[in-house]
Amino acid sequence: MWRDIRIALRVGGGALIGVLFFLTVVVLMPFAVGPDLALLTRLGPAILWLGALLASLLTLDRLFMADLEDGSLDLILTSRTPLELTCAAKALAHWIAAGLPLVIATPVLGLLLNLDMVATGAVALTLLAGTPALTFTGMIGAALAVTLHRGGLLLAVLVLPLAIPVLIFGMAASQAAITGPMTFGAPFSILCALSLVSFVVGPFAAAASLRHGLD
Amino acid sequence: MMAALQELRTAGTMQLRGLQVRCVRGGREVFSGLDFAIAGGEALAVTGRNGSGKTSLLRLIAGLLAPGGGSIAIEGGDAELTLPEQAHYLGHRDAQKPALSVMENLAFWRDFLGGESADAGECLDRVGLSHAVDLPAAYLSAGQRRRLSLARLLALRRPVWLLDEPTTALDAAGQTMFTGLMREHLAGGGLIVAATHGPLGIAARELQIGAAS
Repeated sequence: MWRDIRIALRVGGGALIGVLFFLTVVVLMPFAVGPDLALLTRLGPAILWLGALLASLLTLDRLFMADLEDGSLDLILTSRTPLELTCAAKALAHWIAAGLPLVIATPVLGLLLNLDMVATGAVALTLLAGTPALTFTGMIGAALAVTLHRGGLLLAVLVLPLAIPVLIFGMAASQAAITGPMTFGAPFSILCALSLVSFVVGPFAAAASLRHGLD
Repeated sequence: MMAALQELRTAGTMQLRGLQVRCVRGGREVFSGLDFAIAGGEALAVTGRNGSGKTSLLRLIAGLLAPGGGSIAIEGGDAELTLPEQAHYLGHRDAQKPALSVMENLAFWRDFLGGESADAGECLDRVGLSHAVDLPAAYLSAGQRRRLSLARLLALRRPVWLLDEPTTALDAAGQTMFTGLMREHLAGGGLIVAATHGPLGIAARELQIGAAS
């Protein structure tokens, strides 16, 4: 399992690409919105969340595609390690390599969007709780895309609807922390719950998809 | 190594049997009504023209394709494990990560695939890759990559070897080495199913696919 993580870290190089993309989206946004600091502050959390969502999609399709191309997937399927466990390990590795850097980059990018400390902290915290859900649900899409031999856009179409709840509650929690009047706790708990559910459902769904799509 | 082989022999002879195996890919029937049976210590050479379904048959046995009909079963093996879990599949693609070193690639698959394993360095030595242990797999030639794949067969003991054109890209010395490995595997009671165009170099029964058409 740790080997899987190491492979992802060394082979992927996806971490930096994801963060760079995230950075680009966030940097472009002030130019699009214009020099209105108050507006920027209000939009800030949304921009960060959307940027992180798109950035995590960007690297997701390599999750199984790389293994399909070099034949590793064949061996993974004949392994005595349960496929569900392998999927979970791969998703975890992917999150550490691609999701965690996004969370770490958030405080820096918050500065660019004129967010104060509290707001930045809230967004970073919600991203920390929410990005695992994006990765684990995204893995289902990645597994489907591999078995259908289509990559790229199909993955985005499959995964984005699944990401909507995460986005809603992630934003709700961030906004609650920044402006009120709702409490931060309720939406944040639901966000954590979404992540936990995806930990359980994601690996099983992805494994089932890989098994059924054998060809 | 010898002790392990003895143990495999006393575990009783295994038999791999396929009955009326049918293969459908992309809605088109590749072959049907294929019968075969081999016992421990025997090799089966699968021959046929290009596109006749040699690779498909190996993937069916490895559980990587769902059969369109018929059955493939192994008898006398470890009852706790499925057939794919007792088989080594050596396909066209090498399943090597270019960024990892030769040793890391081998050790990863050995530990990940699970089962009784051997010392990785020794295995690399036997396939003639001991000088390249720390080299990233990206710098290997096609023949060296193939040798690294062969090392996987040695690093982890599994009774069934499914080999898809195993001698591709191997030089003469490599082929001799590989023939020796296959002989040893058979002597230990293992089974080999190999898709091939050329001679395997060992005594093998022949299964020709698509002979009638």
